[in-house]
Amino acid sequence: MADLTSTFAGIKSPNPFWLASAPPTDKAYNVNRAFEAGWGGVVWKTLGEDPHIVNVNGPRYGVVYSADRRVMGINNIELITDRPLQVNLDEIKQVKKDWPDRAMVVSLMVPCEEKNWKEILKKVEDTGADGVELNFGCPHGMSERGMGSAVGQVPEYIEMVTRWCKETTAMPVIVKLTPNITDVRYPARAALAGGADAVSLINTVSSIVSVNLDTMSPEPSIDGKGSHGGYCGPAVKPIALNMVAQIARDTETARLPISGIGGVTTWRDAAEFLTLGAGNVQVCTAAMTYGFRIVEELTTGLSRWMDEKNYSSVESFVGLATPNVTDWQYLNLNYVTKARIDQDKCIQCGRCHVVCEDTSHQAITQQKNGQRYFEVIDKECVGCNLCVNVCPVENCITMEQLTTGADPRTNNNISAEYQNWTTHPNNPMATS
Amino acid sequence: MRGTDPLVELQTDLHPPLSAHEAAVEADRCYFCYDAPCVTACPTGIDVPLFIRQIQSGNPHGSGKTILDENILVGMCARVCPTETLCEQACVRQTAENSPVKIGALQRYATDVLQAESTHPYQRAAATGRSVAVVGAGPAGLACAHRLAMYGHSVTIFDANQKPGGLNEYGIAAYKTVNNFAQAEVEFVLDIGGIEIKSGVALGVDMKLSELASQHDAVFLGIGLGDVNAPGIDGESLKGVENAVGFIARLRQTQDYKSLDTGNHVLVIGGGMTAIDAAVQSKMLGASEVTIAYRRGPEQMNASEYEQHLAQTHGVVIRHYLQPLRYIDNGSGYVASVELEQMSVSDGVLTGTGNTTILQADQVLTAIGQKLQSAPLEGASLELKGNRIVVNADRQTSDKKIYAGGDCIAGGDDLTVSAVQDGKLAAEAINRQLA
Repeated sequence: MADLTSTFAGIKSPNPFWLASAPPTDKAYNVNRAFEAGWGGVVWKTLGEDPHIVNVNGPRYGVVYSADRRVMGINNIELITDRPLQVNLDEIKQVKKDWPDRAMVVSLMVPCEEKNWKEILKKVEDTGADGVELNFGCPHGMSERGMGSAVGQVPEYIEMVTRWCKETTAMPVIVKLTPNITDVRYPARAALAGGADAVSLINTVSSIVSVNLDTMSPEPSIDGKGSHGGYCGPAVKPIALNMVAQIARDTETARLPISGIGGVTTWRDAAEFLTLGAGNVQVCTAAMTYGFRIVEELTTGLSRWMDEKNYSSVESFVGLATPNVTDWQYLNLNYVTKARIDQDKCIQCGRCHVVCEDTSHQAITQQKNGQRYFEVIDKECVGCNLCVNVCPVENCITMEQLTTGADPRTNNNISAEYQNWTTHPNNPMATS
Repeated sequence: MRGTDPLVELQTDLHPPLSAHEAAVEADRCYFCYDAPCVTACPTGIDVPLFIRQIQSGNPHGSGKTILDENILVGMCARVCPTETLCEQACVRQTAENSPVKIGALQRYATDVLQAESTHPYQRAAATGRSVAVVGAGPAGLACAHRLAMYGHSVTIFDANQKPGGLNEYGIAAYKTVNNFAQAEVEFVLDIGGIEIKSGVALGVDMKLSELASQHDAVFLGIGLGDVNAPGIDGESLKGVENAVGFIARLRQTQDYKSLDTGNHVLVIGGGMTAIDAAVQSKMLGASEVTIAYRRGPEQMNASEYEQHLAQTHGVVIRHYLQPLRYIDNGSGYVASVELEQMSVSDGVLTGTGNTTILQADQVLTAIGQKLQSAPLEGASLELKGNRIVVNADRQTSDKKIYAGGDCIAGGDDLTVSAVQDGKLAAEAINRQLA
């Protein structure tokens, strides 16, 4: 079993899997169950000021399914904690006392005034929590009141509030970012400028998941009306990975610790976030879909993979994929691939053929000698990978690199030399 | 409840319908293949990927319509089709994981939804003033009649039996079509309007083919195979020896299974679906021992592998390479046992070995095939081949005004679904001819 211990922004935990600030971390009962199950840490459900907010009394979640009713994404309109501040603070203090080895981070959201932030920070410090996370991410409800993503969408506010917090407390300050912006590097840079110890991302994506075609109401529907909610789960993972990578490879924020959030469901998802530069990950939707016990799969899976790859610590592979994230203009245009169909694995569904024929490059046969037969026509194949993507059988279709001869499609000789768009003759702006 | 009282079992769906949840889970498994092998394998060419996708997207009505467009009697086909040798055998998931999408069950799910609706899903075109005689109210005749009615032709179906439905009503095991489904489906078909059924009217007895042809613009023959083959051996007239087709018909029509004269040691002779249906039902009726004797091996049996397993799991013993030689009298005119000869195949030729065995049997059911009755075609000079009616691709006989389909035509495969396809194709051709 590999060493999974993690230190993130100075906060130690037995593994890099934290539960994100969300319904699963709403109160002591849930958090105790999470720690019993083996989670490395939690970010307590966002605290606000008294009088505590109220939630809707109708449905709070909407959902997007894939085949077999698997949850691909959940959209929520739940607000921050709807319990009195002191109740939460007392519970946090007790749970931290009971579980000293686990990370206890407290998420906060108060009006954008210096004294409000300073007051609540003092109260949190008294609980013995390991750190705070500033919730600048929630896109629904609280944003209408000038909090959450309303702050996260203005880099100047992020910097200002972060600075107030850093001036007030010695606890590590993590700034949680919203994806509902144009370029995530600006809010990340603002957090760094304000003195943040780390950023965490992504918070949920503004969304309407579905419309009830009988009532004409968006879901979740509250008495016939719906409000946009925050979308999370496996469906948002690609958005999150990209934003993590953007921050990890930005020269200004490259050294800023990142807590990766967004659709982490399996150990593999977590490893992907870590290799793109996240120092740890936070999980919510997977736990809300399957329960806390998934952490066993997360820890054993990651550990097994680390052993296999000889990674002695979590830190040892953080960011290993980051240097390979580049701009399109630097991709090697001399890298030529063709799809290859393994006839032994092919189950003859023909989807590769029809998608190539209808929507791509007419590069896959459907018959050979009058028999159903799917084969790549190299002369037409642009190497787009769509057939690989739609094939139901793993590794039945693979991409093969051509290293010698000419590309049958272009008749250009295969060159081992790296050439990208910046130097390509078709580029009017080519530099050489 | 299956597996308790055999008589209850006889009236219990062999394949219970899928619940909405089961249908949703199963529909999700379909890959929506290109030029799908299941469609190619379906004798009536149902667009399987489309109808499954319609179930998946919450449109079972549209799904049922997709199916009915190709096969108006799909309710029965969904119950009796040997899907394991047709669409499901071709399913790419069979190739991938030995577990095809349950196409037959999904088909039944979608069509059950549609057939439960009060409005018939098709509308008749304006009346054309043309009339077509359909002989036989079985799957071929009903399918032909429905399609013709849809085009606005007026159709009269003549049927020799008291109830319409043909083999669906008289010739299929009870556990495959519970709750009087055959009649319900006939009513569904007739709901389109423009179809009149005359029951108890036999061609060749009550009317002649030439008369029908002169009184109507076209004739469709869906007369099935009204005669049965017999082994032609000693003792065939003994009491307790009867044809399996007649036995199943009796069973299907009775209100009181206990009143049926059934044996305790039942021997079924044959290797097709009828043999299986007769044997399994005998077992359900309470026979202590039921044996199927078939003269060839398991691979040659017309009954699908699934059907063979069904028989065996119901306690039926299947014995191969046995051919009956004579039925033995118990001394008072009843069959007591059967002497059979062991057969062997050499160079593809089946020959007797000379070794015989005697099996106790107080009831013998023969299921060794059916043949065309000669009476209905008397006076007409239709071309026959191997005692079946020759038709072209349009199911047109050598008489241009007369069409035929179902079991009575040459080259058929004795499947309900193929009979429906024949009826449909003939109706399309007749409609073109009458245009």
